[in-house]
Amino acid sequence: MQDFGHAFSLAFQLMWAADPDLMEIIGLSLRVSLTAMTISCAIALPIGAALGMIRFRGRGAAIILLNALMGLPPVVVGLCVYLMLSRAGPMGWLGLLYTPTAMIIAQSILITPIIAALSRQVIEDLHAEYAEQFRSMCVPTRTAIAALLWDARYSLLTVALAGFGRAVAEVGAVIIVGGNIDHLTRVMTTAIALETSKGDLSLALALGMVLLLIALVINAGVMAVRMTAARFAYA
Amino acid sequence: MLDVTTAYEHGPTVEATEQELSPVLPCEVRGLCFAAGGSPLIDKIDLTLGAGGVTMIMGPNGAGKSVFIRLLHGMLEPTAGEIHWGGRPLDEETRKRQAMVFQTPVLLRRSVEANIAFALRLHGEGGRARCAEMLEEAGLSNKSSQPARLLSGGERQRLAIARALAADPDVLFLDEPTASLDPASVQLIEEIVFSARDRGVKIIFITHDIGQARRLGDDVVFMHRGRIMERAPTPRFFDKPSSREAKDYLAGRIVL
Ligand SMILES: Nc1ncnc2c1ncn2[C@@H]1O[C@H](COP(=O)(O)OP(=O)(O)O)[C@@H](O)[C@H]1O
Ligand SMILES: [Mg+2]
Repeated sequence: MQDFGHAFSLAFQLMWAADPDLMEIIGLSLRVSLTAMTISCAIALPIGAALGMIRFRGRGAAIILLNALMGLPPVVVGLCVYLMLSRAGPMGWLGLLYTPTAMIIAQSILITPIIAALSRQVIEDLHAEYAEQFRSMCVPTRTAIAALLWDARYSLLTVALAGFGRAVAEVGAVIIVGGNIDHLTRVMTTAIALETSKGDLSLALALGMVLLLIALVINAGVMAVRMTAARFAYA
Repeated sequence: MLDVTTAYEHGPTVEATEQELSPVLPCEVRGLCFAAGGSPLIDKIDLTLGAGGVTMIMGPNGAGKSVFIRLLHGMLEPTAGEIHWGGRPLDEETRKRQAMVFQTPVLLRRSVEANIAFALRLHGEGGRARCAEMLEEAGLSNKSSQPARLLSGGERQRLAIARALAADPDVLFLDEPTASLDPASVQLIEEIVFSARDRGVKIIFITHDIGQARRLGDDVVFMHRGRIMERAPTPRFFDKPSSREAKDYLAGRIVL
């Protein structure tokens, strides 16, 4: 256990010195998860908006499915993406396995249902508020969707941040499709998992603290967004 | 069909009637019924609304006034009967020429100005000048960049009315727009309504305020239990109401 104190001081040194390896890992983590978040938003927000405001047959089932998909086990997503991208798989010819792109795909699949389900709730609530007024004004559906997305932007931003938080902290999927290759696909979570098992606690601890810090920043960001929105009565 | 004088059962009362003929007026209601949960809320209403002027709708709470104008505006589907606007069944084109201010208006979670701009853009207008003009008329110029949902009750109503008028409607429904407002706000709103009427907008105005009905109304439609008990030019309605229900209502003996 004297190892432990040593690891801590090493971790702080790494962070203090902005160790290039550490920075590379953090940078890749952020790049992969932010890209995944952006892609997921592009797919999930329209789905959430449609489910939130359009009544159609099977809508209830779709919502249940979406809510269930929120709990997708990352390793299962990783496995499926692996099967798709592996050399023998249907998309093997793309040669994406063990690249950051593969990790982006896996994380996008993981958080798209989360962003869709949460934004569905947000849009549905706002729609309940606006629907009658919009009907009275003969607002075309497209305009209505755009207006709902825009007016719910603060809440949707917190939804997107929730998705990012989940993506950046996830390990099961990216370790399968990324492989934790040094200087290529090594992100914070995979590094923590493998460095810990190898016994290199200092790097793992440093990364762990950075992850915690990111979680804190995200939550502070969510809170700030909420407070701003509340202050201006836009949410 | 378009003969305004006959459409107006009790004779013409406003000059605007003759000036502007909107393609959606007159409005003819025949045998209109609306039931929900097994009970009739609107019970065989027949009514003709001529072009122009201000028609006040009065009646005790729960008489069906709000439901009635919702039917006229196409927010509810009648269970029986017909509504024709300008000789045609109520359709999307007609609805676009109508605007409604609900009893509790819903404002967009945006600035005051953006609320007006949204309505203007729906009708292919986007000019900031027009927007400023509308805010000016509503007495909201100094609030234009404030969040709409932080306005006072009177300001909210004014914004809702300005937004409704931004659509340049031929018909404007107002559902108790001045209930629980202070006298200054009431007066401002009445001025806005007057100027809209002078531009030829047909106004259908629900109120419980007898003074207001006298000031604004060209005629009064009195409703009770989902029926129209009486329809008369304003002075006659208040001086010599013919139905017992209207007499009781005006005397403060609520009849539900
Ligand atoms: N969509 C609806 N479904 C069922 N009942 C309704 C509906 N809208 C209104 N009502 C009922 O119809 C009656 C008349 O309501 P309303 O038209 O709002 O009265 P008011 O004359 O005070 O405006 C009330 O008893 C109300 O509860
Ligand atoms: Mg009412």
